[in-house]
Amino acid sequence: MTEFAGSQYIIEIIYLVASALFILSLKWMSSPATARHGILAGEIGMVLAIAGTLLHHGIVDYKWIIIALVLGSGIGVPLGMVQMTAVPQRTALSHAFGALCVTLVGTAEFYLRSPDVPKFMMSVLSMEVILGGLTFTGSLMAAGKLQEILPQRPITFKGQNLVNLLLFVVAVGSAVHLVLHPGARIFFPIIVGVSLIFGVLLVIPIGGADMPTVISLLNSYAGLSAAAMGFVLDSKLLIIAGALDGSSGLILSIIMSKAMNRSFANVLFGAFGQVQASAAAGQEAKPVRSATPEEAAAILLAANKVVIVPGYGMAVAQAQHKVRELYDALTKKGVDVRFAIHPVAGRMPGHMNVLLAEADIPYDRLIEMDEINGDFPQTDVALIIGANDVTNPAARTDQSSPIFGMPILDVDKAHTVMVIKRGMSPGFAGIDNPLYYLDRTLMLFGDAKQFVGGIVRELSGGH
Amino acid sequence: MNNNLIDALFVFMLAAFIGFEVIRHVSPLLHTPLMSLTNALDAIAVVGAIVLVGEKKSTFATVLGVIAIVAATSNVVGGFLITDRMLRMFKTSRPKS
Repeated sequence: MTEFAGSQYIIEIIYLVASALFILSLKWMSSPATARHGILAGEIGMVLAIAGTLLHHGIVDYKWIIIALVLGSGIGVPLGMVQMTAVPQRTALSHAFGALCVTLVGTAEFYLRSPDVPKFMMSVLSMEVILGGLTFTGSLMAAGKLQEILPQRPITFKGQNLVNLLLFVVAVGSAVHLVLHPGARIFFPIIVGVSLIFGVLLVIPIGGADMPTVISLLNSYAGLSAAAMGFVLDSKLLIIAGALDGSSGLILSIIMSKAMNRSFANVLFGAFGQVQASAAAGQEAKPVRSATPEEAAAILLAANKVVIVPGYGMAVAQAQHKVRELYDALTKKGVDVRFAIHPVAGRMPGHMNVLLAEADIPYDRLIEMDEINGDFPQTDVALIIGANDVTNPAARTDQSSPIFGMPILDVDKAHTVMVIKRGMSPGFAGIDNPLYYLDRTLMLFGDAKQFVGGIVRELSGGH
Repeated sequence: MNNNLIDALFVFMLAAFIGFEVIRHVSPLLHTPLMSLTNALDAIAVVGAIVLVGEKKSTFATVLGVIAIVAATSNVVGGFLITDRMLRMFKTSRPKS
């Protein structure tokens, strides 16, 4: 890359244009009105960059490039067509693929260049494969948990954090050794191997409810490893794309962990679920009030303002289309219906919005937590469908609660609270929710999809 | 070499700041499509793999490169496709003027 052939200038100009298009692409994502321009800009940038790369003077054989591009596109199409409920695991899988690409290229570059690798080059190369390796296996684990191939519960063993620390020290130590002695090739597979194991151990102790933070962090790592690859290959385009992806993932992780009132370290090493499982034990049965679909429908009809709070349970029950029918039926009767979206509702950032948008609920009815919390005292009915911890008032009041301090939706301030829930058993996180025992709360026991369907039948039939 | 390196660090620093500023303004409504879009853009790493395969310097490098192209291309195609599908679903209740 030191002496520029004529074609190299053209390629660099193309990369410059592609970089600008990538930045515009993200800029246009700021609002739903312009977001689809953003995709177009990204696509044009991508096509330009790939076409430009094919002009590279060093390329002597196109056969395998073409085969691999076709094969990759063939795999990409079904991955782009998955159901909206499967988006979190698809996203985790694509983080794994991105990291795989980076790790493989880094490995190939090492063996092509070793032992003649300058110190800085070797440092970024190590960073590339460490981040790439742990993101690859970590994302596969996350995808496995989300697809429920692996148990969603945290998997922990004694001394886990010590083992993790040890692995990390081995990886970094080997990298330092390689930087000083780039000819010691044997250390390279050690770095890669340890990073792969590290990724597995990093994600298996993390529970399903923490997935939004984990996916965002892995997103950030994938971006940083790509940026490191850009340093190795001296490609500014790659550095820019990697930096954009890395900062995007970091911002999302910060938003997610703030929304859970937890630090990264706590998410990664806290093994959250363990503590709570024991906290839930020894609950005596307290009385709750329950209601039938008919009663629920009557209360909803009498309301002026209704706020629906969807959670992961709605996604599991595939109830979003029934919820849309409920929205339609109530809106037709003149009831003002809005949706309150907690930042960590679901299994990845923004998950609920996508599910509700898929069910054709207009996005201006989806209101963020900070915006809607002030409205709950003027809300007649708060209807909670498959959400639990994000509505738990103990987070505001009970200092001993594991979720104390977490920002929640203040549903308990609504005049009437209705909670659709399968039964009184504590949910995934295992924390008891005092909301269920309030006088103003009605428990609607049943499957979310069937229960909402029952209310809808009542609303349309009883008229 | 050293100058290139410093240039590259400057580029990284500036791009990271631009990323922070631009993405901070993305509506939480669109966080899922944002992640699938950045994922597709990140797959630009495919250009490194393409050069690796095309240069045919060693069989080992070519094999790794081919797998890398397949993985990255599936992200490009799948990522743009699903982002587009998601964004097409976001509709407003206000009539278009």
